[in-house]
This record gives sequence, structure tokens and C-alpha cells, in this order.
Amino acid sequence: MTMLNERQQLSYIAAQAADARLNVELETEGMTLNIGPQHPATHGTLRIIARLDGEQVIWAEPVAGYMHRGYEKLTEVRTFPQVTTLINRIDWLGSFANEVPFILAAEQLMDIEAPPRAQYIRTIMFELSRIANVSLFLGDLGVQLGAITPVFMAFRDREYVLNLIEGATGGRFHPNFDRIGGLKDDLPKGWIDETKQVMKKLRQFCDEIEDLLFGNEIFQSRTRGVGIIPADIAKSYGMSGANLRASGVDWDLRRDQSLPMAWDKADFKVWTHPDGDSWARCWVRLQETREATKIVDQLVDSIPSGPVMAKVPRIIKVPEGEAWVSTENPLGEMGYYVVSKGDLGPFRVKIRSASFNNISITPWVLKGVYVPDIITILASLYFILGDIDR
Amino acid sequence: MPQPPSSPSWWGVARLSDTSTDTETPALPGDGLREGIVDTLRRDLGEQLIDTYLLPQKDLWVRVASEAWAITGRSLKLQGFDYFCFLSAIDWMPSPFGKGEDDPSAPPAEPDPEAGAIKQGYTGGDTRFQLFARVTDLKRHVSVTIKADVPESLTMPTWIPSYAGANWHERETHEMFGILFDGHPDLRNLYLPGAFEGFPLRKDFPLLSRMVKPWPGIVDVEPMPANDDETPAEGGES
Repeated sequence: MTMLNERQQLSYIAAQAADARLNVELETEGMTLNIGPQHPATHGTLRIIARLDGEQVIWAEPVAGYMHRGYEKLTEVRTFPQVTTLINRIDWLGSFANEVPFILAAEQLMDIEAPPRAQYIRTIMFELSRIANVSLFLGDLGVQLGAITPVFMAFRDREYVLNLIEGATGGRFHPNFDRIGGLKDDLPKGWIDETKQVMKKLRQFCDEIEDLLFGNEIFQSRTRGVGIIPADIAKSYGMSGANLRASGVDWDLRRDQSLPMAWDKADFKVWTHPDGDSWARCWVRLQETREATKIVDQLVDSIPSGPVMAKVPRIIKVPEGEAWVSTENPLGEMGYYVVSKGDLGPFRVKIRSASFNNISITPWVLKGVYVPDIITILASLYFILGDIDR
Repeated sequence: MPQPPSSPSWWGVARLSDTSTDTETPALPGDGLREGIVDTLRRDLGEQLIDTYLLPQKDLWVRVASEAWAITGRSLKLQGFDYFCFLSAIDWMPSPFGKGEDDPSAPPAEPDPEAGAIKQGYTGGDTRFQLFARVTDLKRHVSVTIKADVPESLTMPTWIPSYAGANWHERETHEMFGILFDGHPDLRNLYLPGAFEGFPLRKDFPLLSRMVKPWPGIVDVEPMPANDDETPAEGGES
């Protein structure tokens, strides 16, 4: 497997610059282009200021903060069980996945462990959040490039997953289902059979998207070789999740760290792609959705019986200490650094969200690309505004 | 806090009180990997590596002198910690406003002589503000949290030469805590409006919404008004 290096990126820029030099008589005044804050490609309100030379970006800078809600401050005035309500809203498409690392960090400090059944259900719900989140990405990807159909398919099939999440937790978007020591409830009757059918549908959806979108010539020419991020750059910017794996780094926190979750009970493949371009990022996400459906299938088959809640005191006081737990969320590595002083609430919570790091690379990666590619690259980096601004 | 004594402890967590931070480096039973990281760091930093705290097979905290902050970044990068996770700061001062759960009309509580004392967490410290950052070695599957005291001048060297991703994290730390980063190219506000005054994540920055209205969560234990004439719902918890 050949690894990409910076030279390839530089040669790409140089090739484009050479094109531009051919037209030196037609040299244009530099101009500043504002994309957003309201733009379909920004998944919320991210503003991109791009300095253009003709069609080429010479300098670009994202402006975040239109949705800053100050969760790190707000957690300091809440008790531990109340914090999950807030952190649900960070990455609103995969809400349950946000709760898990925080709850695990609190459990680590309290030295308790959820019962095995709760660990399985947590993992299943976590992967369902991933499917709901990434399937929307796969549909939305088409919209960025002018194809409208995939997004309707994505909304159609995501609905099945949201119904599953709603059936088990009562909430479609913000389940708030995870508790310190376990889960709020057990699974409802008939849920497992329904889950298996939905997973079949979702695999079908992946096949459809692969044919319709990834097999499309326009899509390929718009994404292949665009926005290449080499592995060492990706790592030093702290890119994570599918973005990192698309740069050829074989790193998945589900597999590479031991947590009291059930991922080690399932057999799944961590997909990587050597190219590091927009295509690779999209492709890795597509494969991940497939793998997630397989994880869910395996786990619902082997789910153990037993309680879903450990013995936890009614009033939760977390002993003094510090803990860091991160998990492989739909968008990448999401973690919480929880500092407790033995109170009802945390003393400080540092929220490390994936999109913050993933989007901080944009000034680097947008340098030298053409204007239409900005949209492709932003879409393939896949950020959610709540995850940047917190 | 009652602990379930028989539950298998996958974390192997040692309590903060189990280790006194003023002794030598705590014993490192059976974790040669993290022990080796500490050794390499100590070779590079010498006396400037102040303290370490290790949860065997789990996690490692290292505190370095503030002058050695930039060198630590380079040393870690050379050791193979090439994945930058995050960088931020902690204000260890206890909040003068409590947790906003008190009734604002109640008379102010008796001043607690110990309340104002600053007590740092793992690996100790001497200053109110501490920087902390986390980097990961993707090959060896190991991460380390680095801490450093922030001196009175509130100026620290930047980590950008070692980790490009530190750029935005330092901007965020600057606007939230007022810590300056020497060598950072662009410390503009990331989230807040440019003219914003104050540093929101400092403990002495009041959370205004809590100042004007107490957190309603405090009355959760009382029955909600709508349920007054109904039988109270059965609680799921036992």
C-alpha cells in the first residue's frame, strides 16, 4: 500500500498553479469570497472566508462560533446525571454516542461498571446512532454535488433507524438514555426482530448509494484526487474517525482501546483507504455504515440477559479524580476530560469533539483548490456545527 | 460512597488519596510501556519533569515545568506521539459563585476558610491555571496527558511547531482562559465576538443566567404541579 505524502499534494497545487500561469495575461484581481454562514454545504452556520485568485483559493479560513453554546461552562453548574441532557446536543445526529464517553468517564471515577446487558445495549445504540448519522451524510453528499435523489433515500432509511432509537429510548434525536451505572430501561419487546429487518434495509440502502452515487462518473471526477490530506498532516491536526482512516491510518478506538463496551464481542473490519482524498473519506464512511449494521446484527444475537442497571446510589457523588474517556463516534474521536472534586457535579469538563479538529485543517487543505471543490471537500470532511462550537 | 466490592474492576483505578504526590514517582507495577515513556521524557527534560501519575495499563499523567512546555511537545512528537488529541486549561480556583443551586434570596453562606484554597488534581501543581494536553501514539496504542503550571504572566509557548492542530485549541484556550501563547500566529477569538470582555471559563466569570435565576433542577425532588392530584408515577429506580 503506497502512502501519500505531502509531495503529492504539493504537486497537485503546482499543477494548478501552472495552469494559472498560462493565463498570466488574463491575471485577475484577487477577490474575497464569503461562503456562509448560511449555506447548505455548511451543515449549520459555518462561514468560510476564501481569498481567490481567479477560480483558485489562495487562502481560506473557517469562522466558527455562530452556534457556541458554552457547554463546558454549563456542565460546571449541573450534576453528573444532568450533564447528559446537554451533551446530547453536541453532535445532534448521533446523540446517544455523545453520552457514552461521559458516562464511562464518570463510571471510571466512581469505579463501577455497567452490567453486561447494559454494555451490549449501549454498544447497539451507539452503532445505531452511527448508522443514523452517517446515512444522512451519504445522502447529503449527493446534494452537495447536485444530485437530489440520494438525500431522499437517506431520509427514508434513516427514519427506520430513528424509529428503532425512539422505540427503545423514547427520543428520536436526543435519547438521554444512558445513566451512570447502566441504562434507563431495557429493550422493548420485539425490538430485536425489528432491528434485524432494519439492518437488512440499511445494507440495501448502502448498496443503492454505492451504485447510485459512488458509481456515478460525475461524482467520481468531482471527488477523486480532490482535497488530499496526507497521513502525517492528518495526525498532527488531530483528525480522527473516517477522515483519518481515509488517509491510510489504521486507527479505530472501537478496536484499539479496551472499554467496558461490547465491541470486542463483535467481529468487524476497520476500513482504511490509502488515497486521503474526498473520495476516500466518503468511501470509508460508506463501508463503516455497512460494518455498523453487521456489528448490530451480531450483538443483538448474542445479547446476554440480566439487569441493565448496576447498584448506584440514589444521589450520585463522583469521587475526586480525573478521567479521560474517548470513543469512536460517528464523526471521529469524541472524548471528555472530567475533573471531579467529589461534588454532585463536575469541576471541569473538557469536551474534545471530533469536528473541531477535523475542521481546523481546512485552512491547510483548501489552499490551492478551485472554488467548486471547496464544497466537495467540506462535505467529505463531514462536520456538524454543534460538534465544532459546542 | 459505597463501592460494590465484588464488581470486577476493569479500570483498576487508584484513588487520588492513595498516592501522595509529594513522594517520588509512584511505583509503576507492570506497565513497562508507560514506564518507558516516562523514562524517555525524563531523559529529555531532566529536572523539568516534575511529577507523574500512572494508572497501570490505563493512563498516564505527566507534569512538566512551564519553561519545558514547548520542549515536551517536541520530545513527545519524536517519541512517536504524532496524533494530537486536545489542548486546554483548567482554572483550579473554586468558583466563588457556588454551583448556582442556592436560593439567591437566602442570606450568604458562612465563608468557609478552606473554600478559597486552590487544590490541583493529579500530579499536583502550584498555580491557579494549568495547561493540559493529550497526545496519542497510534502505533503503540498509548496516550499521555501532559500538564504544566501557567506562570503569573499567563504566557506559555505554543505547540504549533510540534502539532499543527494546537492552533485552534490554543485560540480557544486564549479566549476562554486569557492565557497567551508565545509564537501563536493568530490569537483572535474563535467563538466569541471580537469585543467580548472577560474569559468565560475562568471560575470567577459568573454564569449570568444562573445569577438571575436559580437552576430549576434543584426542585426536581418535589412533585411537578401537573401531577398534584394524580398518583405519583412509579419511579424506575430502586
